Amino acid sequence: MPSTLDRTITVAVAGNPNSGKTTIFNSLTGAHQHVGNYPGVTVEWKEGMVRRGNWSLKLYDLPGTYSLTAFSDEELVARDFLLNHKPDVVVDVVDASNLERNLFLTTELLEIGLPVVVVLNMADVARDRGLRIDTNLLARRLGVPIVLTVGNRGQGMDDLIATVAKVAIHGISLPGAADICRKSGPAPEALTRLEVGSGKVQVDYGKQVEPFLERILALLPDEDAARWRAVKLLEQDPAVLDEIPDPEVRREVSRIAEEFAAANPEQTPDTILASKRYETIHALCDGVLSQIGDNGPTFSDRIDRWTMHPVWGVPIFLALMYGAFTLTFGLGNPLMDLIDRGFTALGGFIDGFWPAGSTSPLRSLLVDGVIGGVGGVIVFLPNIVLLFMAIAILEGTGYMARAAFVMDRFMSKVGLHGKSFIPLLIGFGCTVPAIMATRTLESRRDRLITIMVLPLMSCGARLPIYALMIPAFFPAKWHGPVLWVIYVTGIMLALVGARLLRATLFRGENTPFVMELPPYRLPTLGSLLMQMWTRAKLYLRKAGTVILGAAVIMWFLTFYPKPPADYVVPAGFDKTSIAADTHFGDLHDPAQIQSAELSYSIAGRVGRVLETVLRPVGFDWRIGTALVGALPAKELFVAQMGIVFAVGQVDETSEVLRTKLRERYSPLVGFCIMLFTLISTPCIATFAITRQETGSLKWAVAQNLGLTLLAWIVVFIVFHGGMLLGLGGAA
Amino acid sequence: MMPLTKVQEGTRAVLRAVDGGHELRGRLAALGLLPGTELEVIRNSGHGPFVIAVKGSRVVIGRGMASRIEVE
Repeated sequence: MPSTLDRTITVAVAGNPNSGKTTIFNSLTGAHQHVGNYPGVTVEWKEGMVRRGNWSLKLYDLPGTYSLTAFSDEELVARDFLLNHKPDVVVDVVDASNLERNLFLTTELLEIGLPVVVVLNMADVARDRGLRIDTNLLARRLGVPIVLTVGNRGQGMDDLIATVAKVAIHGISLPGAADICRKSGPAPEALTRLEVGSGKVQVDYGKQVEPFLERILALLPDEDAARWRAVKLLEQDPAVLDEIPDPEVRREVSRIAEEFAAANPEQTPDTILASKRYETIHALCDGVLSQIGDNGPTFSDRIDRWTMHPVWGVPIFLALMYGAFTLTFGLGNPLMDLIDRGFTALGGFIDGFWPAGSTSPLRSLLVDGVIGGVGGVIVFLPNIVLLFMAIAILEGTGYMARAAFVMDRFMSKVGLHGKSFIPLLIGFGCTVPAIMATRTLESRRDRLITIMVLPLMSCGARLPIYALMIPAFFPAKWHGPVLWVIYVTGIMLALVGARLLRATLFRGENTPFVMELPPYRLPTLGSLLMQMWTRAKLYLRKAGTVILGAAVIMWFLTFYPKPPADYVVPAGFDKTSIAADTHFGDLHDPAQIQSAELSYSIAGRVGRVLETVLRPVGFDWRIGTALVGALPAKELFVAQMGIVFAVGQVDETSEVLRTKLRERYSPLVGFCIMLFTLISTPCIATFAITRQETGSLKWAVAQNLGLTLLAWIVVFIVFHGGMLLGLGGAA
Repeated sequence: MMPLTKVQEGTRAVLRAVDGGHELRGRLAALGLLPGTELEVIRNSGHGPFVIAVKGSRVVIGRGMASRIEVE
């Protein structure tokens, strides 16, 4: 039958964090993988394909979890997938050097009733620690096949694929199974320990628990996962309870669970069941696991003496962060400039097809809209790729957990996780990769708070604004202090903001700070490159399209509609060069034309409307227009001011523009402009990345409105405070 | 019985009870930290989170959490 020739086996890859699960997944799928977010949550989600002859394995990388409780998004995602998508096979990656702990999840997976293949990973590490594991015996006792792998060397992968196929086919019995196994070739004998026992192991919860389980089971529909559900119901798992459709049954189940809890007052139900589970595991491992050789401080312990040292821990952390920062921006910014110049050159080349000074809309769309937009997307790529390389190294080596340990003392004071420090630091370079870096945070609450306050860390794109404004309004000896005040204001607002968010929107008990310290490892070059590649792809595909779209829309808003010849350029539009009541058609100076065009465009009109709300903070419509025009990227504010003041193309070192600014605004207003650009709505790229990373438009909109409101309030206070102190006058 | 925070570095102890909600107990249980489990305090510097060894792995526990874990 031709229909059986093309068969796709769906495989879920489960396992503890730090079990080497991702490395196994990467080794299996190579670059054929797709990263996304699980709908509705910030949990990352990877899919990949492996083809062998007519067969395809469709692999799903479940989030790393220790168990399948309802306490974290990761665990909810993992169990939702297992229960509702019913993969053909579950590959359970088990860290051989940490067997008992890892088998906790294994017993839960077996309880769910799906075919399981256990991957005993990092057998080499276990051996180095003097651990010996009798895999034959373990496989017989568990009743599932076990495959030995060394994930970071790609050993055992063919064997794993063959075993997964065999297990899938035993269940579905289709011809062609032998083919796959032959094609993949026999695995090295030493690595193969495949043994299928009589049946799968089941945790025996003992006579204290089993009668209650029986009673709940009798109420549930007969299905593979029934026993697992019964156990969870006895633990009073709210999510599993909610899945029972019949309210009558729900009440009855709750009653049994409460009865169970009342019968065992000395311990909580979940503790009792977890203890029983560990008892079974302990029995399983008896005779399987033996410790030979010494058990002294490990290599990791010796490194930890320094990296987690009460005194040296922080300097070591800061030095490594400095290294990551230098790598990301030191190496990345020259590349960014190169890309920027490349796109400018391309724009110039395209521009050359039209006569000089052409007002063709197509030229403008191509050069300013499309090329400008695509350039605006690609320009972030070096930073993102390099940053994720730095993060991949920090995570891959196991240092990230130590960094969280070191920083937790400081970060917990503002209600954030130790790991939040890293994205916040990256935020000084660029908010976009920094928001992507929040993926290292496990708790959704920590992630959201960090993302919300991240734009307050003054990014590199705001620097040109400060570089223009500070020398325009302040004497040289004040340059450093003013810049410092701006940066510190951002940091303080971020920390206070995080504290406030924690106390209001994200109230509730702190996520328990409990975290495994993985042993140090040397990450493989392959896995580093893979992570860089998947990040780059993710950024270009998801955020890139939104950023590009937004850039084209902004182009339209700042260029259209074009003023008619009889458009009366607003009086005093630029009092030094344009006389009152001048018609647009009478203008000849290109800078004045550009300026008048901007004032007539949608952005210009919005800017004028904004004047009503900006007036109380000391801003006029010119600043409003430049703020609107700077939405695609903060540094555009400088160019927009240049256009508004009809001085043509300028950069942040333009003395002409500085003079104009000085003529019109007081130093207090200049300072307020900087504060406002620091705090108010971040760039469109940040908006797009926030939307993507939080999985909802709601948070991106809330971030923008919240920050803009905050900016207005802060600047209002500073402006009026300054006026009261008599700082409103000219410099 | 005493809170885990009182245990000196390098000392072994047996976990007796966890005074915490579902979530804390669940997370500790999944890491193998259950009543009756033997653990060793690897690092307790008097402030900040600290490190224990349990079932062959190293686990960091926040000080706040540790004060709610009773050992002997």
